[in-house]
Amino acid sequence: MKILKLLPIFLVAFFLTTAIGNAPLEVLAVEKHNIVVKDAWSRARPDSAKVGGAFVMIINDGAKVDRLIGVKSPVAKRTEVHESFMKDGVMSMAPVDGIVIEPGEKVMLKPGGLHVMLMGLTQKLKMGEEFPMTLVFEHAGDIKVMVHVKDAGAMSGAHTH
Amino acid sequence: MNKIFAYCIAFFVLASVLVIGLWSTGMLQVGPTAKKGSSIISGAPQIGGSFELINQKGDPVTDKDFQDKLMLVFFGYTFCPDVCPTEAQTISLALEELGDAADNVVPVFVTVDPARDTVLVMDEFLSSFHPSFVGLTGSETQIKDVMKKYRVYGQKVDDGDPDYYLVDHTSFTYLMGRDGDLITVFSYGTTPEEMATKIKEQL
Repeated sequence: MKILKLLPIFLVAFFLTTAIGNAPLEVLAVEKHNIVVKDAWSRARPDSAKVGGAFVMIINDGAKVDRLIGVKSPVAKRTEVHESFMKDGVMSMAPVDGIVIEPGEKVMLKPGGLHVMLMGLTQKLKMGEEFPMTLVFEHAGDIKVMVHVKDAGAMSGAHTH
Repeated sequence: MNKIFAYCIAFFVLASVLVIGLWSTGMLQVGPTAKKGSSIISGAPQIGGSFELINQKGDPVTDKDFQDKLMLVFFGYTFCPDVCPTEAQTISLALEELGDAADNVVPVFVTVDPARDTVLVMDEFLSSFHPSFVGLTGSETQIKDVMKKYRVYGQKVDDGDPDYYLVDHTSFTYLMGRDGDLITVFSYGTTPEEMATKIKEQL
């Protein structure tokens, strides 16, 4: 019962924090042929790092299924979409062959799940900077977004430390 | 009759899957060395033990150096841009949550990829996280030894690219007591708050 009484407070807190957290990032959405790509972010990496990870939200506002078939970025020699998954306490990571986005569906690339692997970094990923990244879709074609580099342990693109 | 037979088969299949699953993750120890009821978690296999490794400043370190403190140990590799920074961040936040009490806890990151995680690489990686982090690397043999003692699985995924290989590895974080015995294990996805609460109980 106590929990129930507190529920409205939690809800208000939740909406407030998400609203405040997301507000400045809304402007970063790019839409093309009903595919919306937004909140692209990455983590700062040590100078010696050869790889980085990038995360992004993809929304299919259209009526047709689309598929992310590739990612390109000038900051890496090779770019792949990978998925981290846990099985019996062991964390593995492997490339995925495209991501299907059903009509009306949102796909979030986020830590611990799907992510863009930037392999062979050609420039340092420094906190506060940004770099271009192009997502290639089967139908919508190329969608270019700017990726914001957050701190090394950032958990989402929505909040800063 | 057939039904009973089918149930029996199903039971054995389930039981063997469970046993193999536990065994492969190192949660179950089979053999004469199994130590029963020695740690706080009853029935848990012995996890932890002595090690000789090198910290991120290049100094030799052994388990004795951590004896008067609680140790939060996790295994990973700096090449990983996804899960390992997440775990390092979770631990950093848990320590921040503990405030001054965090002085009694040492977070330890042990690499499962010593070939690429040199002293310098470890130092750079950890500079983004909690200042009390100790990063440990060493020779292949030293790392293999500590992984064995913590029952950590680590397997290089060889796709023919010597620079960009990935490593599958156990993603648990181990809370070790002042006596070096395992207190508890945090699975990946534990929040910093949950971690801090559990640590507080031991302070």
